[in-house]
Amino acid sequence: MENITLSFKDVSVAYNADKLAVIHISADIQKNSITSIMGPSGCGKSTLLRAVNRMHELYPNIQITGSIELNGRDILSMNPIEVRRLAGMVFQCPNPFPTMSIYDNVLSGYALNGIKIQRSERDQIVETCLHNVGLWDEVKDNLNKRGSFLSGGQQQRLCIARALALRPDILLMDEPTSALDPIATSRIEDLLVELKKEVTIVIVTHNMGQAARISDYSMFMYLGELIEYDKTEKMFTNPSDKRTEAYLVGKFG
Amino acid sequence: MTKDKVFRTLLLGSALLIVLVCEAVFYSLTSGALPAFRSFGFFRFIGSSQWGVVDGSEHYGALPFIMGTLLTSFVALLLCIPFSLPVAFFVGEYYRNTKLASWVGGVVDLLAGIPSIVYGLWGFYAVRPFIVRIGLSQQGFGILTASVVLAIMIIPYAASLSAEFIRMVPQELKEGAYSLGATRAEVLRRIILPSSASGLVSSYILAIGRALGETMAVTMLIGNTNNLPLSLSDTGNTMASVIANQFGEADGFKLSSLIAIGLVLFLITAAINFVGHLIIKRNTL
Amino acid sequence: MKSVTNRIFKDRLLKTGIIVLSGLSCVPLLLILGEMLLKGWKQLSWSFLTQSTPTSLEAMLAVNSGERIPGGIANGIVGTLIMVLIATAIAVPIGLLCGIYLSEHRKTRFATTVRFLTELLQGTPSIIIGIIAYLWMVVPMKTHSALAGAIALSIMMLPLIVRSTEETLYLLPASLKEAALALGSSYRSMVIKVLLPALGASMIQWDPTRPSSAVSLLIWQFYNDPNLNSMIWSASLFLLLFVLLLNITAKQISKKWRI
Ligand SMILES: Nc1ncnc2c1ncn2[C@@H]1O[C@H](COP(=O)(O)OP(=O)(O)OP(=O)(O)O)[C@@H](O)[C@H]1O
Ligand SMILES: [Mg+2]
Repeated sequence: MENITLSFKDVSVAYNADKLAVIHISADIQKNSITSIMGPSGCGKSTLLRAVNRMHELYPNIQITGSIELNGRDILSMNPIEVRRLAGMVFQCPNPFPTMSIYDNVLSGYALNGIKIQRSERDQIVETCLHNVGLWDEVKDNLNKRGSFLSGGQQQRLCIARALALRPDILLMDEPTSALDPIATSRIEDLLVELKKEVTIVIVTHNMGQAARISDYSMFMYLGELIEYDKTEKMFTNPSDKRTEAYLVGKFG
Repeated sequence: MTKDKVFRTLLLGSALLIVLVCEAVFYSLTSGALPAFRSFGFFRFIGSSQWGVVDGSEHYGALPFIMGTLLTSFVALLLCIPFSLPVAFFVGEYYRNTKLASWVGGVVDLLAGIPSIVYGLWGFYAVRPFIVRIGLSQQGFGILTASVVLAIMIIPYAASLSAEFIRMVPQELKEGAYSLGATRAEVLRRIILPSSASGLVSSYILAIGRALGETMAVTMLIGNTNNLPLSLSDTGNTMASVIANQFGEADGFKLSSLIAIGLVLFLITAAINFVGHLIIKRNTL
Repeated sequence: MKSVTNRIFKDRLLKTGIIVLSGLSCVPLLLILGEMLLKGWKQLSWSFLTQSTPTSLEAMLAVNSGERIPGGIANGIVGTLIMVLIATAIAVPIGLLCGIYLSEHRKTRFATTVRFLTELLQGTPSIIIGIIAYLWMVVPMKTHSALAGAIALSIMMLPLIVRSTEETLYLLPASLKEAALALGSSYRSMVIKVLLPALGASMIQWDPTRPSSAVSLLIWQFYNDPNLNSMIWSASLFLLLFVLLLNITAKQISKKWRI
């Protein structure tokens, strides 16, 4: 049990009463692994991911049933702000805070949570996190510049650093490289493989090559349902469901 | 010439006409104000607080009215912010895109349609007795009374302008902050407020611009005296209210002085509006 | 580290504060509306709209015998209508053309200047426009006329029309303009056929009470005559209902014409 970070138990999500966007999904996510979620557009990948850090609660009409456990604790028994600290999120479009400097962006999690830390410790966190995302050498002379001046790939890495700074148990990434060029993408892929030593990663991606390259486990979703969930090698070489196979050979999506 | 050419000429002509109208407005005010400026001097006119016949000679200075205008508008702004800002957050963030917010928005539109004289009248019957009761002044007229009513008049305007800017803060930024574990209050303070700050500032600058030129309601409540107001309980006049009050029976130097006050007011509001629009443009382009 | 409960408490506190303060800001506004309804309602009738203002004496007699004041604001309404008509006839064509010009030339220096002057004109207090009308119309003609009021009104309307024209045209999808041009219609007929209907809706949203219309002037007269005081509220109520009607119409029209 202790090597399971996240566990979905019969999770369903509905944006409006008559139609479920995510249908009865159950799955366990292994600790210190990368799990990719694939599936055609609109199949509910983002919806499932956003259920984990309770983002759906920002919008009043969304209904969730079932339960999700993070390190064995039911997330619904915790406060949403605690859950979100433990489950970091990186969005499809890089969204560094434009009113803050690069330095403050990395530390924004602390500022937002009202956590006071010493100057030296702050410098330490900023340097480590920017190192971890391979951004330190590029920005170390411009730490006081605004985050929005960076290139798209750099911005996305800044957002990853920002999420990592809070030392989350799990990192949820929703198509983090879809707005980036191949070079920036491969840098982030390398980074994720490095990072999985420290944090469990769940990544939504449309890029099958990416899933094959970096992920240990893969999920295939279709029309809100979890069709297949297996070791990545197994899924890519010998999928057990026809729909998975059709997707992997490019029949739809 | 083809019809299209005629049409294009018409377009250019009407744009030129706007320039012409503005020039004419400025020219008329200046030439009307010239006798006053010439005989008292521009800076003495602005800096003097005498108004009327002193020792047998006419002397007019605008200081009391400039002071009255600045004082009422400033106090009105101070009173307006703690109410209009929450309304803006209510409409633009907490209840945005809900029925409640659009309902509130409708009421705000409606309130902008109430003639200013009605606000003045309401101030006369409702606010003035209150000022008397708390013992601030005997008649209840004065700077504070006028400012309170002015504040009530500009709250809807300031609130709907600033709600617009709060609504414009991108949802991705807010989600980014929530995903780091922030509460709504923290998102408001650390993300929404800084992101919309310049918009908010310009909203309040434009609201002050409104307050500066407000005439009827102020005229009914400020007491219409020509002294230099030094405290909130003093009576006085604003630039707009002294014009409204004395223009009718004025002639000669007095008329010219009133036009000169009009010119000064014109320049002040122009400057304030210019700054407000400038800030908005800087941040939306 | 601050405790989570502490932070959540602050969050709730802020929300409560915002709701309470928002509620409080509505109070004076609701009081004003209530007072207008209460005091204005009983005077509001058909004859209020069709008869002209009573003399001070007539009003005093009516008040003394506890009856409703005879007469109405017909003269004010007619005066306003005449003024608004003249002002519209002056301001709408100029404003439309100028708005089209600005939307065609967004970045030139001349357009920027004109746009700036439009904003300047829009922010100019109405009392200053009043002085201008006095200098331009009353002084040369030696009499207060509806024409003077109409000129003042048109100067106040002009920037509103220019801006809403420009904004509407700017927001209009470029594809629509291109489609019209591709169909081979000339520039002029393109503007008229495609753009003007969309403008109609935004035009109606123009608010006739802001400038001192004749009804506002009547209200001022009521204010200065103690016997006529109680007619203030009904006249204002009438104005308010009129604005409400205009707003609703404008919303309906823009809903229908949404592109
Ligand atoms: N805010 C919303 N309101 C209503 N329905 C929504 C909303 N967001 C998503 N949906 C619906 O829920 C379903 C799942 O959407 P979701 O965004 O999870 O798909 P996705 O798998 O992430 O797709 P993509 O790969 O395009 O990002 C879709 O059918 C979509 O139409
Ligand atoms: Mg998605």
